[in-house]
Amino acid sequence: MTTSRRSFIKAGGACLLGLTLWPAVKSFAGNNAGNIENPGAPAGKRWGLVIDMQKCWPKYQEGCRDCFLACRKAHNIPDIADKEEEIKWLWTEPFENAFPEQEHEYIAAGIKGKPFIVLCNHCNNPPCVRVCPTKATFKRRDGIVMMDYHRCIGCRYCMAACPYGARSFNFSDPRPYIKEIDPAYPTREKGVVEKCNFCAERVDLGLVPVCVEACRAGALIFGDLEEPNSVVRKILSGRYTILRKPELGTHPSVFYLV
Amino acid sequence: MIVKALTGSKRYWGWVTILLFLIAIGFTCYLWQLNKGLSITGMSRDVSWGLYISQFTFLVGVAASAVMVVLPYYLHNVKAFGRITILGEFLAVAALIMCLLFVLVDVGKPMRILNMIFYPTPSSMFFWDMIALSGYLLLNIIAGWHALEAEYKAVPPPAWTKILVYISIPWAVSIHTVTAFLYAGLPGRHYWLTAIMAARFLASAFASGPALLILLCYIIKRVSKFDPGREALQKLAAIVTYATIVSAFFIGLEFFTAFYSQAPAHGMYTLKYLFAGLDGHGRLVIWMWAFAILVVLALVLLINPKTRTRDRYLQVACTAVFISMWIEKGIGLVIGGFVPNPFERVTEYAPTLPETLITIGVWAIGALVLTFLYKIAVSIKEEIV
Repeated sequence: MTTSRRSFIKAGGACLLGLTLWPAVKSFAGNNAGNIENPGAPAGKRWGLVIDMQKCWPKYQEGCRDCFLACRKAHNIPDIADKEEEIKWLWTEPFENAFPEQEHEYIAAGIKGKPFIVLCNHCNNPPCVRVCPTKATFKRRDGIVMMDYHRCIGCRYCMAACPYGARSFNFSDPRPYIKEIDPAYPTREKGVVEKCNFCAERVDLGLVPVCVEACRAGALIFGDLEEPNSVVRKILSGRYTILRKPELGTHPSVFYLV
Repeated sequence: MIVKALTGSKRYWGWVTILLFLIAIGFTCYLWQLNKGLSITGMSRDVSWGLYISQFTFLVGVAASAVMVVLPYYLHNVKAFGRITILGEFLAVAALIMCLLFVLVDVGKPMRILNMIFYPTPSSMFFWDMIALSGYLLLNIIAGWHALEAEYKAVPPPAWTKILVYISIPWAVSIHTVTAFLYAGLPGRHYWLTAIMAARFLASAFASGPALLILLCYIIKRVSKFDPGREALQKLAAIVTYATIVSAFFIGLEFFTAFYSQAPAHGMYTLKYLFAGLDGHGRLVIWMWAFAILVVLALVLLINPKTRTRDRYLQVACTAVFISMWIEKGIGLVIGGFVPNPFERVTEYAPTLPETLITIGVWAIGALVLTFLYKIAVSIKEEIV
C-alpha cells in the first residue's frame, strides 16, 4: 500500500477533527456523575452560616484567631507572605471593604472599620460555577460550592467571576509553605484555584465545619437554610441580617448579624 | 506550495532567524514558568488575568481582518478585494493561532487543557469561545488554502469553499461576540458589565484588523513584486475610518453612563483609575492618555480625505489605530476590569520580564506563521503577475 505524505497528513487531520466528537460521545454514552453521593451524608438541603460579629469582637480583640487557625490546619492552607499570592479561605475585612455598598460617612462608630469574617458565600446562584469551563467548580445538592482540584485547569475565570474575592490561585507550589501537613485532607498543586468548601468532608460525616467547632464565642452558627426549625432559620427569622452584595443576584448562604 | 516558504532571499531568512530567536527566548521563559508556576508573572490574587489574556482579547479582534475583506468581496462584489482576500484570511489564521497560544500559556495547568473537551460545559463562555475560535481558524485555513491552490493552478476555486466563506462571515461576528461575553456576563465586575461590550469588540476589531492589514500590504508592496492595489487599500482605509469613529463613540458612551449616572455599578471607579488614577495609583494613566491622543490623531488623518489618500499619512494613521486599540483592549479593558477589586481596593499590575518575553515569543510565533503564509501567497501571486 502506498500512502503519500499529503494524504497521510490529511488523514491525520481528519482523525484530529474526529476527536471533537468526544463531547457528544460522552454526553450520550457517559455515566451521570451527578448521582454519585455519599449515602451516609445527612440530608441537608441548603447549608448556610450565620456570623454574629458582636459575639466575635471581644475575643477577636483579645487576639483570638481560633477559627482561622483551625481552618488552616484542617485544609493544609499554605502560609504565603506575599499578599498578592496569598491563599485565603477564611479571613477578616473591615466593614467598608466587606460591604462597600452599605457604607456611608455617618455609620455607627461600633461598625465603622470593624473586622468582619469573610469566606466563600456558597451562593445559591454561583457565578463561579456558571463560568467554569470544566465543571471543576460545582454546586452540590446541599448547596455547598466545591472544587475538584484534579480537574481545574487553572484558567482563573472563576476568580474573575466571583464578586466576593473568595478565590485564591496557587501561583507556585504551596507545599513548602504548609507548616504541618494533615494527611486527612489533600494538599494542592501549583496552577489550581481553591477556596472554602464549608468543610464538605466533615459535613458528610455529620459534623459542623471546623471553624464553627473552633469558635469559643459561638459567633458562627451553621445549619440547614431549608429546614424551618433549624437554628439558623430561627436566628434569621428573629433578627435583622445583612448579606454581601445582595444586589448581584448571587443569593449568598452566609448571613451577618450586626 | 509549502516549498515556496522554504526558498527566499537573505533578508527573508534573516527575518525568520530573528523570529526564531525571539521564539526560543519566549519558550525558555515558558519552561521556567511551567516549573515555577505563574508566580513568575506579575499577576496576583486581585488582578488574576494580565498580559496573556489581554493579548488574547486584542488578537481576537485582529482576526476580523478576514471578514472585512471577505464580506465586501463575496457579498457586495467589490472586485478590488479579490487580490487580498487571502491576505486577510491568513492574517486571521496567524492571529487565531496566537489567541490559542495565549490561552495555553495563561492557564495554570496546561496539561489539563483537554478537560475543556472531556467535560464540555455549555454554561461557560470559555467553552463557546473555544468552539468559535477553533472553528474560525479552520474555516480560514481551509478556505484560504484552497483559494490559493486554485490560484496556483490557474483554475477557479472549488465551489464548496464558497460555502465555507459564507459560513465564515457570521462566524466572524460570533468570535467577537463570544469573546466579549467572557467579560460582559460577570456580575461583580462593573467595568465589564455593559451591554455594549460585544458592540465595542466588533467596532474595535473592524478598526484594528484592517489597519494591520493595510500596513502589511504596504510592506508586501515594498519587499515583493506583488502590488495589492491602491483601490483595495483605500477601500480598507474607509472601513478603518468608520470603525475607528464608532469605537471612539462607544467608549464615549461608557463615559457618559458612568459619570452622568455616578453609580459605582457602571464602572466609574475603573475609568477614574484608568484615566486619572485612583487612591494614588495610576500606573495605566499614561497609557490611556496615549490611547486617547492616538485615536484623535488617527481620526484627524483618516477623516480628512487629503491625508487618508496619501500613502505616508495613511500608514501613520493605521499605526495609530493599531497601537491605540492595542492599548485600549490589550491593556486597559482587561486589567481595568480588576481595579478596584471586590473589596474596593486598588491592586496594580505590571508584567514581569519573563512574562513579557513569553508574550513577545507568542507574537513571534504568530509573525512566523504569517511570514510563511504570506511568503507562499505572495510568491504565487508574483508568478501570476
